[in-house]
Amino acid sequence: MGELTMVEAVAMALARALDEDPDVVLLGEDIGRDGGVFRATAGLLDRFGADRVRDTPLAESAIAGVSVGMAAQGLRPVCEIQFMGFVYPALDQMLSHAARLRNRTRGRLSCPMVLRAPYGGGIHAPEHHSESTEALFAHIPGLRVVIPSSPVRAYGLLLAAIRDPDPVVFLEPKRIYRAVREEVADDGAALPLDRCAVLCRGSDVTLVSWGAMLTETLDAADALSAEDGIEAEVIDVCTLKPLDAATIRASVERTGRCVIVHEAARTGGFGAEIAARLAETALVSLLAPVVRVTAPDTVVPLLKLERHYMPAAADIVAAVRRTMEYA
Amino acid sequence: MATTTRRSSGRAKKPAASKDELLQYYRDMLLIRRFEEKAGQLYGMGLIGGFCHLYIGQEAVVVGLEATAKEGDQRITTYRDHGHMIACGMDPKGVMAELTGREGGYSRGKGGSMHMFSKEKHFYGGHGIVGANVPLGAGIAFANKYRGNDNVCFTYFGDGAANQGQVYETYNMAELWDLPVIFVIENNQYAMGTSVKRSTKSKTLYERGVAYGIEGEQVDGMDVLAVKAAGEKAVKHCRDGNGPYILEVMTYRYRGHSMSDPAKYRTREEVQKMRDERDPINQVRDLLLKGKHATEDELKEIDKDIKGVVNDAAQFAQDSPEPAVEELWTDIYAEAG
Ligand SMILES: Cc1ncc(C[n+]2csc(CCOP(=O)(O)OP(=O)(O)O)c2C)c(N)n1
Ligand SMILES: [Mg+2]
Repeated sequence: MGELTMVEAVAMALARALDEDPDVVLLGEDIGRDGGVFRATAGLLDRFGADRVRDTPLAESAIAGVSVGMAAQGLRPVCEIQFMGFVYPALDQMLSHAARLRNRTRGRLSCPMVLRAPYGGGIHAPEHHSESTEALFAHIPGLRVVIPSSPVRAYGLLLAAIRDPDPVVFLEPKRIYRAVREEVADDGAALPLDRCAVLCRGSDVTLVSWGAMLTETLDAADALSAEDGIEAEVIDVCTLKPLDAATIRASVERTGRCVIVHEAARTGGFGAEIAARLAETALVSLLAPVVRVTAPDTVVPLLKLERHYMPAAADIVAAVRRTMEYA
Repeated sequence: MATTTRRSSGRAKKPAASKDELLQYYRDMLLIRRFEEKAGQLYGMGLIGGFCHLYIGQEAVVVGLEATAKEGDQRITTYRDHGHMIACGMDPKGVMAELTGREGGYSRGKGGSMHMFSKEKHFYGGHGIVGANVPLGAGIAFANKYRGNDNVCFTYFGDGAANQGQVYETYNMAELWDLPVIFVIENNQYAMGTSVKRSTKSKTLYERGVAYGIEGEQVDGMDVLAVKAAGEKAVKHCRDGNGPYILEVMTYRYRGHSMSDPAKYRTREEVQKMRDERDPINQVRDLLLKGKHATEDELKEIDKDIKGVVNDAAQFAQDSPEPAVEELWTDIYAEAG
């Protein structure tokens, strides 16, 4: 209980899960004694012991693969990859095994594991310490992809992910790990997976985003309201896969306009999926083309160019103004 | 071919070295150390973004091995790469300017501390993904063999990296195809906060090569002469067409893993003991002084010169312009035309 940052809320959810279910086991590089690169597992080794909070050798492929085997036996492994950019050796295991175990065994086996990784830019780190490749995972049938955007949602969504019977890729926007504090009750209450959250109501345009980009999106919504009298509805996608398309569609049917914001590269980014869904189901309600505000199709640059790479509130405001020009 | 592996204790029989050689090693190691100290300072001043992994303490590894390389040989390493670049003759100015992310850097401000390259010096990076540079090194060695030249590729990685699966996939291929690659395991005893004792039950890392039929040995990496002697053997093995070789070089990093390091995984005393008793630069310094190859004053003079080089590099790295915004879109694909 108390005012927590997102990373503290993650730690609290992990502690709660370890406490309530003896089958929960954490594993990852330097998560035990060091408490993790971002301190998301700080204190857990002391509290729950080395059998349940395991430091692993440096081997992402095995970390994920061993987790799949553990999960097939009914354990609930929560593995940590230090940065999303280091997850690719584990991608094979997630795609070829974690995601398919249930289907291959016609439900006789399942894979209740969580793979956690800090992701995204904005911390002045190069390439693989900054990237945002959630769409790779969202493309894989059988995986859930969950991204919190606040301490409260980090706590509730992570608990839901750990309790979920299927594999979840849980991506933590490290840019806002410590950006805000808010009251987070350690009540063990999970938030629903597979549901978008409507953060604020508005009738002129729907803004859709997730993770750290919601900060920029909410700033943009404030600016639009103050400067242009445009009232935006802001939706936090929370779970990219499976996508709660109905909530987004219902909003766009009311507003007639939609701007999707993500910090991942543009082509094949998850915004494309949302835009396609709207084209399929809400075209007749649209008053303007759906617009995406994204990073360009380039590699994440070093800090000097990062502000030109990452979408910012001003870019979102400009995009909304463009969609408003359609009568 | 029978596989032999051994632990060679560099300290048992110290190979002789001439005055010129010793002075060269002294200079080369000191340049790396002073460069890294300066990089640490610039980082502290906020001029270097992201991550910065210093090589202080490990200088004898790269200097000893570079002393065995000939023109054409390649090297490839990890993110702890500043020492390797300086030792193979890259310009400290260009390296420092890349650390500060400027136009004058080796990747023109787009690579940063971990991602620099020099085709001229056959330096193939700087790689941030732990273990992933190892197959690349074997591929470079493949090209050497394919083209029929006698170049070898020095492929550096850490004790932590030695637990990545792709290292062993590479061992197998490299031996199968007799590739001229020297796998240099810089065993500095820690992978971030995890000591080797906590990451493996293998007694040594080089002996893992036995399973693949690769020869190797363990070397005292705080002793530049021992490193050089072992390197010569490895290089000859590779150049003679006998396939890969593993050198497990026992070394130590004095500083944190990167600039933010909780430093709770080892004691200060442990670090201090290494510095006091095994420092690679002091060892050569002692040889120079005891052998009457140089006086204290002459060594001070060398230090002064090196500080000048490093200060120039730091100045250059601050004066060099930031990359233009358009650079964001360059070199993603080959330019049409
Ligand atoms: C695939 C991958 N996993 C994790 C990391 C994060 N990381 C960077 S360096 C490092 C430790 C590597 O230790 P070692 O190989 O011994 O090299 P050293 O840092 O000691 O030079 C870790 C875990 C990474 N860069 N890449
Ligand atoms: Mg190491």
